[in-house]
Amino acid sequence: MTSNTELLNKVAEFIWYEADLLDHKEYQDWLGLWSAAGLYIVPTDIHETDYLNTLNLALDDADMRRMRVARLESGESVSADAAGNTVRMVSRIRLLEAGEELVIARCAMTLNELRHGKLITYPADMEYHLLPVEGGFRIERKVVRLLHAEGFLRTVSFIF
Amino acid sequence: MSELIKLHNVSLKAADMVEEGRVHKALYSDPAIFEQELDKVFNHTWVFIGHESEVPEAGSYKTAWVGRQPVILSRDRKMNLHVLQNRCRHRGATVCEGRKGKTKSFTCPYHGWGYALDGELRALPKPEEYEGVLDKAELPLMRLRHESYRGMVFATFRDDIEPLESFLGGAKKWIDLFMKQGGGYPVKVLGEHRFNFPGNWKIQLENTTDAYHFPIIHKSFVSSLDDATADIFDFLHGDGFVEDLGNGHSVMVMIPELIDLEADLDQPIPERFSELAVALREEGRSEEEVKRLVRAAHGTGFNLNLFPNVSCSMAFFRVLRPVSVNETEIQHVALGGEGAPLPFNRKRMRLHEHFQGPMGFGTPDDGEAWERVQKGSLAGTDGWILVNRGMGKLRQSADGNVAGAVCSETGMRGAYRQYKKMMAAAEE
Ligand code: FES
Ligand SMILES: [Fe+2]
Repeated sequence: MTSNTELLNKVAEFIWYEADLLDHKEYQDWLGLWSAAGLYIVPTDIHETDYLNTLNLALDDADMRRMRVARLESGESVSADAAGNTVRMVSRIRLLEAGEELVIARCAMTLNELRHGKLITYPADMEYHLLPVEGGFRIERKVVRLLHAEGFLRTVSFIF
Repeated sequence: MSELIKLHNVSLKAADMVEEGRVHKALYSDPAIFEQELDKVFNHTWVFIGHESEVPEAGSYKTAWVGRQPVILSRDRKMNLHVLQNRCRHRGATVCEGRKGKTKSFTCPYHGWGYALDGELRALPKPEEYEGVLDKAELPLMRLRHESYRGMVFATFRDDIEPLESFLGGAKKWIDLFMKQGGGYPVKVLGEHRFNFPGNWKIQLENTTDAYHFPIIHKSFVSSLDDATADIFDFLHGDGFVEDLGNGHSVMVMIPELIDLEADLDQPIPERFSELAVALREEGRSEEEVKRLVRAAHGTGFNLNLFPNVSCSMAFFRVLRPVSVNETEIQHVALGGEGAPLPFNRKRMRLHEHFQGPMGFGTPDDGEAWERVQKGSLAGTDGWILVNRGMGKLRQSADGNVAGAVCSETGMRGAYRQYKKMMAAAEE
């Protein structure tokens, strides 16, 4: 393992920034973090990698991301309006690939949601494909592998 | 918890709590009634287990439930299906875990008893101590009676109830229509979403025949559609209807133009399917096949509610499982075509992801409403749930069934009539 502290710091800063935007529901800014072809993926099977040919909990291209955000912000969705706050921790960040054109990072995430007074926890393994750009990154792919993706989940009215 | 109905009286009361047009709210929250439902309803009727495409090959299996009881659907080497209780005959461990897979046999993890795909007990470690004590032939995994219709597998603990096809009765015609959405290919399960909600199973049973809620609770979903598609989903003022099919089954037709997916193949290709059409043409599909697949990709325009645990809901199966009086698990099973072009199956999955499942644009709002029903129904010591909408405007359908407007509660009344009949049955 060679250390690449400078890049790791940049990646951590970016991922934490994204996490902060999502916890504070700053969804419009979040949309700006993506590349045009970027995919936000939450698989139903954590071992699956052929996302296009399998059923996912979410597989959002730019249009679907925009619509997902619009729905959460619309005031038309009773579940989105009832959603409580989320607090997520991201840690254990490891660089899997550190190319000039593509950086791949894997990390652990625990998201806590307060919903109707009850605390619900979502542990997940996350993978980021990041495109280095001037002053930071654009997200080319974000895969959220929920530990209990195969189980019976509560409905989700936020963004992982 | 409602104190109105004293627990020692419930065996007499559950059936009496269902009247034509209203049901008592205690049916959602009384634990003693729930226990009776598992026995009198789920252990006494045909329960949907899965689709044959989920166990495609010799050795394929999937796990499922009949009410609270874990079962296995397996396919043996001769391609015969079996529904087996998932309980080792030694000391009771499950012999199979996980959603689905392939195996040569079921081996109990505890002491290693091995069962064949048809449930026969084949081998056990150190058999000497059983000499003269047990006969392997007498200890297979317990089998349930099962029958299939159009690939849908149902099982029952009862050997003396009517055959599946007669139980389905008037629903068979609608299952036939539902299975046309493979677009000329056999319907196949592509995957499933699973979620739960803190509420009674009958709240979900009602929902699949509830068109009234759609434009209200799913407003944010409709807003995410293009105008033409949003128009299609604006069905409350259209010619839709709900028809009571008997035995607790009903069909709710929301979009009459999408009853028969093999008719009207000359319609222009709608905007939301234009990319699919392009992809199919690029694969060299004939214009005729493109039109057929695009029309099938819509899914049907109706929800067929089959009592007690499955709905053929427009484009997918919605399967419910009662966990406790105030917890229900739901599977939304995505469907496509076996051997159908990849772009078609992909589109079907993307449409499923759009509305269904815990992260869809529709399901979370349903879940929120159902949770509120469970919570709100606890208010007050007495009270009723109304299912009388459209009762004054009933008519006879072409098939001779009772029918009402698309947003009537005709289907709910049909389901509760069957529920009442089963709950009134004498104790055994
Ligand atoms: S419990 Fe299955 S072998 Fe003992
Ligand atoms: Fe709904």
